[in-house]
Amino acid sequence: MSAVLVQNWWMTHRRLKALVRQPAVVGMMLMQPAIWLFLFGGLFKNIVELPGFAGQSYLGYLVPGVVVMSAVSSNMWAGMSVIEEIDRGTLNRFLVTPVSRGAIMNAGVIEQAVSTAVQSVLIIVLGWIGGAHYTGGVTGLAALVLASVLLGAVFSALSNTMGLLVRQREMIIGLSVALLLPLTFLSSAFMPTALMPGWIRHVAAFNPVNWSLEAARAGLLAKPDWTNLAVHGGWLLALAALMVWLATYSFRAYQKSI
Amino acid sequence: MAYAVEADKLIKTYPGDVTALDGLSITVRPGEILGLLGPNGAGKSSTIKILTTLARPDSGTATVAGHSVLRHPDRVRRVIGVVSQNSGADPAAGGRDNLTLQGRLYGMRGAGLTRRVDELLDRFDLAEAAGRAVRTYSGGMRRRLDVALGLVHRPAVLFLDEPTTGLDPEARAALWAEIGRLAGDDSLAILLTTHYLDEADRLAGRLAIVDHGRIVAEGTPDALKAELRGDAVHLEMSSVPDEELVRSAIGAVPGVREVVLDGARLSARADDGPAAVPIILAALDRAGVPVASVTVARPSLDDVYLRYAGRRFAQADTGGAQ
Repeated sequence: MSAVLVQNWWMTHRRLKALVRQPAVVGMMLMQPAIWLFLFGGLFKNIVELPGFAGQSYLGYLVPGVVVMSAVSSNMWAGMSVIEEIDRGTLNRFLVTPVSRGAIMNAGVIEQAVSTAVQSVLIIVLGWIGGAHYTGGVTGLAALVLASVLLGAVFSALSNTMGLLVRQREMIIGLSVALLLPLTFLSSAFMPTALMPGWIRHVAAFNPVNWSLEAARAGLLAKPDWTNLAVHGGWLLALAALMVWLATYSFRAYQKSI
Repeated sequence: MAYAVEADKLIKTYPGDVTALDGLSITVRPGEILGLLGPNGAGKSSTIKILTTLARPDSGTATVAGHSVLRHPDRVRRVIGVVSQNSGADPAAGGRDNLTLQGRLYGMRGAGLTRRVDELLDRFDLAEAAGRAVRTYSGGMRRRLDVALGLVHRPAVLFLDEPTTGLDPEARAALWAEIGRLAGDDSLAILLTTHYLDEADRLAGRLAIVDHGRIVAEGTPDALKAELRGDAVHLEMSSVPDEELVRSAIGAVPGVREVVLDGARLSARADDGPAAVPIILAALDRAGVPVASVTVARPSLDDVYLRYAGRRFAQADTGGAQ
């Protein structure tokens, strides 16, 4: 293994170990999703009697929505740990060692991907316990997890960029509050596209949260809609790549500002 | 002789026309502790940031262990250890985990790394707390861990940026003892910044006094003090007096020189301090300047600072920046 790979591994290892050290966080991670799934899902249970839900239970419909919404919500906080590591001097401590600058950045991206995947799987299991059926089987669920990981990468990169450039916790909290619910409501998280008012449908077409839901729902069909999955997944991948590039760029800007 | 650190005419400005460094030059020899002494904002931290490759100077050159910080920052990073003002340790991880990761970043591994980590935990009296999260450590323990982190890979040059700031006197004394022991290593060069006069006096083999981004005086603490011939006489007047009046009154007293007036404080140097005091007091009395207090002292580093920076150290420090 090359030195850079070894460094990537140890930097990621540090973050994953920090994650494992606090098992209580897993419980916290599932509080919000459980509320959306079972309270919101319970309250609006009868909504599936409207045409357009394709005979599914509302809980089953809601699971992908709650998975991607939780991915956005938890990844929006990524910038907080960046600010903490800057304030604490940890980031500068790494910058004066020979560790590759890329490894410092990658570790954050990989950690977010792993924790988002774990969170997504747990929500899927939670939904299954509650009685949701996943018609698309393993392929569909894999598409859902992958879509939520990519969406998470978009928002953790956005949050990291804020952390590195603005370095204010209030900014990150504000952004999270301002974006989470609007982006969720402007997607097929709670209501199928066919039942949306026209203007919301048009806005949703440009919403990355909706892209990930389109991709996931395409994969979860009894007969997956591969074209739809590839198109929306592709857009999501492109946006994630762009955002990670932006975060890397702001990391350079941070180094220049020291 | 090859220098461990050689900085030449460093200039660094920050946005908003803040000049942090204004042509600063220093050298550190292997086996030497150079103390960079100056108030907050004098340019100490900027110097450290440039020499540790965190920041780039606007102009000037610097080499660390023979490597240019501008052209080969990667080579510099392999041979330096840095203990910065903020503890960079991961508070959620234990002392051992922090040290092990640090070693791995320098490519250390296996039994060699384990042995080195154990050795440092023992030496810095952290073996018992090695598995505990760093957030439970006391300030002194945390600082000792920071120094250990800087030493894992056996650097050739160690940077200590205000290592004892915020420590209680007992923890400070313990860390001083530890830094003193490091000085026994002939191959290790240490660049220490501090705004504590006693710390500089105690630890540094050689001192460089920084003010407004440049070195204003350099030498061993003893040599710097010896340059100030005679005793220091400090007077505090009841109110801010007329400068001309005071100067002409004191100027007439034989054996008194280097009169510095700073508000209501007056400092001067006298060949024989105790003998000069009654004459100075009488001269000021005749001039109608009331004196509130007077002290006579052997030269201290504070006097050295006053001489070169033109103001008292404590005032420069609280008056802060720029």
